[in-house]
Amino acid sequence: MSEKHKDDVTGVETTGHSWDGIRELNNPLPKWWIYTFYATIVWCIAYWVVMPAWPYITNEGWTYTKGLIGYEQREVVTGELAGIVESRADAMLQIAEMPLRDVAADPALMELALAAGRAAFGDNCAPCHGSGAQGFKGFPNLNDDEWIWGGTLEDIQYTVNHGIRWEANDGTRQNIMMAYGRDGILSRAEISDVAEYVLSLSGRSENAEAATRGSEIFATQCVTCHGADGTGNRELGAPNLTDAIWLYGGERANIIESVSNGRSGTMPAWEGRLSEATIRSLTLFVHSLGGGEE
Amino acid sequence: MTDIAPNLATPLERLAAEAAATAAGRNPHGEEGERYTAVNSEKNRPLYESRVKVYPKLVHGTFRRLKWLVMAVTLTIYYVTPWLRWERGPGLPDQAVLLDFPARRFYFFFLEIWPQEFYYVTGLLILAALGLFLVTSVAGRVWCGYACPQTVWTDLFLHVERFFEGDRAARIRLDKSPLSFNKIARKVGKHIVWLLIAVATGGAWVFYFADAPTLAAQLLSFEAPLIAWLFIALFAFTTYLLGAIAREQVCIYMCPWPRIQGAMFDEDSLLVSYRADRGEKRGPHKKGTSWEGRGDCIDCGQCVAACPMGIDIRDGMQLECIQCALCIDACNEIMDKVERPRGLITYDTFRNQELRQAGETPRVNLLRPRTVVYTIALTLVAAVMLFALLNRATLEANVIADRNPLFVTLSDGSIRNGYQVKILNKEHSARSYRISIDGLEGAALTRPALTGEHDEIVSVNPDTLVNARFFVSLPIDRLKQLDKGEAEFTFIVTDIENGTTATKKTSFKGPIK
Repeated sequence: MSEKHKDDVTGVETTGHSWDGIRELNNPLPKWWIYTFYATIVWCIAYWVVMPAWPYITNEGWTYTKGLIGYEQREVVTGELAGIVESRADAMLQIAEMPLRDVAADPALMELALAAGRAAFGDNCAPCHGSGAQGFKGFPNLNDDEWIWGGTLEDIQYTVNHGIRWEANDGTRQNIMMAYGRDGILSRAEISDVAEYVLSLSGRSENAEAATRGSEIFATQCVTCHGADGTGNRELGAPNLTDAIWLYGGERANIIESVSNGRSGTMPAWEGRLSEATIRSLTLFVHSLGGGEE
Repeated sequence: MTDIAPNLATPLERLAAEAAATAAGRNPHGEEGERYTAVNSEKNRPLYESRVKVYPKLVHGTFRRLKWLVMAVTLTIYYVTPWLRWERGPGLPDQAVLLDFPARRFYFFFLEIWPQEFYYVTGLLILAALGLFLVTSVAGRVWCGYACPQTVWTDLFLHVERFFEGDRAARIRLDKSPLSFNKIARKVGKHIVWLLIAVATGGAWVFYFADAPTLAAQLLSFEAPLIAWLFIALFAFTTYLLGAIAREQVCIYMCPWPRIQGAMFDEDSLLVSYRADRGEKRGPHKKGTSWEGRGDCIDCGQCVAACPMGIDIRDGMQLECIQCALCIDACNEIMDKVERPRGLITYDTFRNQELRQAGETPRVNLLRPRTVVYTIALTLVAAVMLFALLNRATLEANVIADRNPLFVTLSDGSIRNGYQVKILNKEHSARSYRISIDGLEGAALTRPALTGEHDEIVSVNPDTLVNARFFVSLPIDRLKQLDKGEAEFTFIVTDIENGTTATKKTSFKGPIK
């Protein structure tokens, strides 16, 4: 039970409790303290009335008291974002209108373009090309130095603008690889041989006879697009079959699958969907990833 | 004796009679306690009390002069420092002490601290803490009584009040008197000067964060940024509120230091104390009579009058006492007048009080384990900080290896890794650096296309950080260097003019074969 003692020295009572023999003096609080406390309570209630405060449930679900002045945090953010866009407007205009190489030569503009490109890449390109542009099976790795359709600034810009086999866009890049097996152009054995030949182009063939047979099939069916030596043709979007990079996998089974079922991957056309400044920023960004060509 | 004079007029007088009865060991409410119960008896004690205004009296003496000196020095430092100049070169601020938030630099005379070096501020705080522990264990609440901004500004504001309204007796009379032109004029004048000092205090504060002459000109022509006005207003308000209005309430109710410092003294700390062995028994003394068989304290109450906290040091050590030593000066003045030795109130230790009571000689024991340890710790920390500051590198390099993707296979089968090389140029001039690598055989160092002519040279402006992108590739036949797909190597950043280098280890990653 609480027993109030009177402290000898100060004449003040204790609270009545004892903690291991330690007691606490019960000095009166200053009035300003308690009035300040009441003031904070008044402020609190006023705040609830003026600002968004309390959640409550309705027939349509949870909502909240909106407050007298209609303060909306989302509006504040939208406003701030609009302000940022406005403050960058001049520089973005320069990026949209100057020749790409001139933009690249200006360190401040290039810094902005690369940052804008990185941001836009994450929002638009990463779903297919990967967050680090590393690609997946069927979606090119944009970091390396193999370009199916060309890796100069102009080539990249064209690809981003018009897409690949994107029906809705007039200037889209067009060509397909036929399904030699599914459409009955080549037999199973022939496909196996031509696959062996393709493997030999990158030095991985184990069956020289099959490779030789395959080279003849290759000469009639494949060189139109892939070139006599198999090094590809960028006009036609035919990959280089002699290097170490394979979009759909470079093992025997992958090659047989590509030849049998054909390939015609698509990429959206971004002109009209993204602003000119954004597309140019993306171009500069992708070019700077490490494989950009002069 | 049945009850204590029920016909005493005011509750206060009844309370006094009650207290006297309690002190004498009698029941303050009498045998029939139920009949007469004062409104402020133990049963009815209020939870809240009004503030009692304190009217400290002006004293003269050593410690008053010491407080003036400390106030002059501290206020001069505070108000004048932002105006000191220090040349640093073109493009850099010329203010000696400046916290440049937009550029994220702290300038302190010849020092320039970057955000990455914030640990110097930690070091300063540690030094401040150790210094406080040392000083408090030696001489008690020296901070509270002399140096704390609350004390200094309250003291200053008290002097302003004294200037306008007179010393203690005059101020009490003025407050009791009815409203008159005289009263209003004095009060208004006092508040105006207080507000001016408060605004000047807020103003001095913002000058630490911006170039003082520039900002001052902007303020005078009303072109200063809103944030400057806001902070001046904030500090003016808090200075006025705490220094002019709240005063001792801050120390008693708001500040954590009194509670902490109470735990920092020991039996040998010099604390402002009333020498009860000399002073008791106290009581009025008629001039010419003997001092035998009585104490030196003549109960003049000057120590209470002089106290800015309004307490009586004769009650002993208490939380409210900020140990400003003005009571020492007040008592010494009186002791001089009654021709008794000074030092009835003085800096004394608990141990000495016990020693005197036991009849032994008191001694001052400054060199004890606690103080020695604090001093050594202080010296060590200061030495470490000084050493670190003097050996501060002006070139730093950091390397961040790409994690997404970890590596890229190129068309000829070689493996390439990407790195962000961050070069910090802390010199006051633009410098050019050559980047090279060491530890990977056959590796090629390249940069993204469109970088420019000299791939391996990076130019950095003074006092800036540059983030340069580099690629390191290993051809197929060199991949044997990788152990479980990883190999360590070093980036070397070399100043092409003076050869200063900074290096950073990083790793090259490839397929795990």
